[in-house]
Amino acid sequence: MTSENNLRLESVSVGTLEAVSVSVAAGEVVGLSGPSGSGKTRLLRAIADLDSHGGSIWLGETEQRALPAHQWRRRVMLVPAESQWWFERVGEHFPADLDPSALPALGLAEEALDWPVSRLSSGEKQRLALLRAVTAGPRALLLDEPTTNLDAEAVARTERWLLKYIRRERLPVLWVAHDLEQLQRIADRHVCLDGASMESR
Amino acid sequence: MEVIDLQWWKLALASLLVILLALLAHLARVGISRSLLVAAVRTVVQLSLIGLVLEALFASSSPLWIGLLALVMLLVAGREVMARQQRRFSGFWAFGIGTSAMFLSSFTVTVLTLTVVVGPQPWYAPQYAIPLLGMMLGNTMTGVALSLDRLTESFWRQRSVIENRLMLGQTWQEAVGDLRREAMRGGMIPSINAMAAAGIVSLPGMMTGQILAGSPPAVAVKYQILIMLTITVGTGFGALMAVAWGSRRLFDERERLRLDRLTSTG
Repeated sequence: MTSENNLRLESVSVGTLEAVSVSVAAGEVVGLSGPSGSGKTRLLRAIADLDSHGGSIWLGETEQRALPAHQWRRRVMLVPAESQWWFERVGEHFPADLDPSALPALGLAEEALDWPVSRLSSGEKQRLALLRAVTAGPRALLLDEPTTNLDAEAVARTERWLLKYIRRERLPVLWVAHDLEQLQRIADRHVCLDGASMESR
Repeated sequence: MEVIDLQWWKLALASLLVILLALLAHLARVGISRSLLVAAVRTVVQLSLIGLVLEALFASSSPLWIGLLALVMLLVAGREVMARQQRRFSGFWAFGIGTSAMFLSSFTVTVLTLTVVVGPQPWYAPQYAIPLLGMMLGNTMTGVALSLDRLTESFWRQRSVIENRLMLGQTWQEAVGDLRREAMRGGMIPSINAMAAAGIVSLPGMMTGQILAGSPPAVAVKYQILIMLTITVGTGFGALMAVAWGSRRLFDERERLRLDRLTSTG
């Protein structure tokens, strides 16, 4: 796999969106905003191939349809706004060889892996979901409001952690957020979904 | 030993008891009198009719008529499986998945039992084929209906979990593995419980019937063991197929969860 994986959307249509074309370079964070119901989440779901859609989507030289869907999703990883936990304990959702020292960087206790899922706050779930997603070794990230449930300090810490990871791994990233200040902090570019199309800001 | 035939007027005595029960229930205002009477009438009419059909069938022994009765039994069982679903598959699949699963499992196991184990002459002799198939279908029907209902219900409830697991790059089989196991368990539990309780908690109906009809208990017991084993096998294979086809149907070729292929019946 080449290190220069860019994520390209060519006339992607899903729901009310028509012909969305955008290219995200490796290591670039593109902020995505738009009013509620403008189709931000649907667009991310289409890119992860969870909803049927028109147009074509590329990661580097690989077209979405050229890979079995689960392999595509492992590379182009969507982290939903609300994460789900299906085992009893937190650690069961992670590979057994996970290095617990990754947790303090996100402001979480190392013991959190032994906790029952029911004990997690929504903010803890959100950060653990980000960690769970990157542990799978994705080649592109689609983040749907990744810091909504966090307090200001945790937001700053999580942004730093994510950006460091994104730069180091040179991942193309689409980052959905309502908070325009956040998008100014983290995004190299900002596009807005408005009506049926996409606009650069 | 001859079986004591029952006179019709003796059956009327038994039905008087049902009417008495309905009357008391009506006076006590517990409100089951109507459904009780309707069900009682249905039993009398349906069983009398099937008695006539079986008399005619046994007299003719024509494979064509036996096959036709078997087909009718299958279709009625298929409709019953469909009616018991809280969330049905849309279109033909609502009927198709359950019916094909029951057809493949019940008919295969019945034919195998008839040809290899029991061995009447000819193998499709209706005295053996029809009761065997009936018991097989009745139980497979319950197993298939339970497991399909459990499957679609849990897919519906757990849709966010399934999709989150897909997002993490799991295959659709991994993402619903535990739900499929639970659905399978749901379908099999009644058969497993019946086997565990047989002879201690309950004297199974077929064995009781054979003993009443004058068979030595040792023979009746052997038949009952055969039936319980084959019923469990039939139910198990039926539930296995229904769960496999049902869960496959809820994903498309890009491993997307497709709950739009279910329609709720409210």
